[in-house]
Amino acid sequence: MADLATTQRKDQTEPARLDPYQIRADFPILATVNRFGKPLIYLDSAATSLKPQAVIEAVDGYNREYSSNIHRGIYELAERATGAYEAARAKTARLINAPEPAEIVFVRNATEAINLVAYSWGRHHIGRGDSIVLTEMEHHANLVPWQLVVQEKDGDLEFVPVTDDGLLQLDVYEVLLHLRPKLVAFTHVSNMLGTVNPVREMVEMAHAAGALVLIDGAQAVPHAPVDVQELGADFYVFSGHKMLGPTGSGALWARRGLLEAMPPFMAGGDMIREVHLRRSDWNEIPYKFEAGTPDISAQIGMGAAAEYLMALGMESVRAHERELTRYAMEVLPREVPGIELYGPAAELRGGVVSFNLPGIHPHDVAQILDRSGICLRAGHHCTMPLHERFDLAATARASFNVYTVPEEIDALAAGLRDVVRIFDR
Amino acid sequence: MDDLYRDYILEHYRRPHNFGVLEAPTASYEGSNPLCGDRITMMLGIADGVVREVAFTGRGCAISQASASLLTDEIKGKTVEEVERMTPDDVLDLLGIDISPARLKCALLSLDTVAHALADDTEEKAEEKAEADGSASGAQSH
Repeated sequence: MADLATTQRKDQTEPARLDPYQIRADFPILATVNRFGKPLIYLDSAATSLKPQAVIEAVDGYNREYSSNIHRGIYELAERATGAYEAARAKTARLINAPEPAEIVFVRNATEAINLVAYSWGRHHIGRGDSIVLTEMEHHANLVPWQLVVQEKDGDLEFVPVTDDGLLQLDVYEVLLHLRPKLVAFTHVSNMLGTVNPVREMVEMAHAAGALVLIDGAQAVPHAPVDVQELGADFYVFSGHKMLGPTGSGALWARRGLLEAMPPFMAGGDMIREVHLRRSDWNEIPYKFEAGTPDISAQIGMGAAAEYLMALGMESVRAHERELTRYAMEVLPREVPGIELYGPAAELRGGVVSFNLPGIHPHDVAQILDRSGICLRAGHHCTMPLHERFDLAATARASFNVYTVPEEIDALAAGLRDVVRIFDR
Repeated sequence: MDDLYRDYILEHYRRPHNFGVLEAPTASYEGSNPLCGDRITMMLGIADGVVREVAFTGRGCAISQASASLLTDEIKGKTVEEVERMTPDDVLDLLGIDISPARLKCALLSLDTVAHALADDTEEKAEEKAEADGSASGAQSH
């Protein structure tokens, strides 16, 4: 652990250092033990994050104190609920530096946000022969909705390949942009390789070619500063439950002009201004896209999560997780003979480390580690094409968050040595 | 000592019985478990309603591979009807370990794949029969 302290640079711009041990006290679940009495070692934050007390209380507060529908009632409870819901929208906007809260559409998760764009924008702008450029490292959520669009509209999908080091091949990207795609959609941070893509450069290139850009920020917003204005993207999507918020919360950000021009995704209450028997007028944004009663408490919880993260400081969050990643990539190969790590160097990635032990299926790895209280993801992590690209049936994945400490990576290394021992006996 | 990864399970994983290909299977099927990427191809050589030969290939976790190894041993020499009557519990008994709900799909992939191979076989036979009947009746009507 000594090297963790010494590798920290001591210059003026250094973000305040997080104290993960203090942060852990904010997460009640970290005080629990498994069926063997082992404390929780949660290394699956890329699937969903744990929730701090502030988020739990925000959700609980709505249910206990002012449970009522939003944008409807004129009594005190309803005004409180509407106020809290809209405050959550403003906090979410602030987290990604959106120009205005009205450009934040609340959805269940990043998947729903991409589907919204695919249905509402894609089906009206992608025509016969039009192409959409994606990458080989997309989560199925940023692949399958576009497959449906091009199947229906007779368009084409093109893919930016991934190098053996887990980086996007930007020279091929440049060539693909000559096809004048209508849309380019890619992930900010890979959920399997951890690769942080050069999104700003990629957005500039896409815009120069006349394409709109959608960025899947599900693995970025929880872990690093994101400024949608600086990135210059057109659509940016993320989930609340991966950024310390509740499941069932998420957001789509898009530029006002785009949202205003897009037809509704789902129809019903709250998304209309006037309804007549044979026609209706749409409400203003973002309500046009929020039909029916949403998951009010989850979105209020997402707002609390945004506030919690901003209080920690996203620069500090990024620095903490980068240190952990560096530590894991140093310790695991040293302590676990034969382990194979995938993806780029620690400097080029977020807090995700995917790996395999030779001759041992990741499911067996995860099963044995479970006994030690270690929660690890095993499988293809919703990136089957990327696993095919590397000729892998599956991988095991450790992923980190603000509450992760180096001792947990040491425990992972010890656990993996046990796995090797069990299989080698 | 791990309850799940007993010596005989690991032994079947390291050196699975009946691993390989049949030259001319009468029935075969590739089954997969999309969640974990496990893939098994079951090949059966059926004659006179009896499973005379069986082999499998594929890759997967220790549980799915051991299950395929044990199951192929079990069904060799059994009649098709007997194999078709096998239940998930029979396979879990063969494995002899406690399988958590999350791993049931791994444990049962082999039986599921055998069942598909047999169903395809029956369907094909039925189609062949229908074709034969069809051409026979067609010939009669002329």
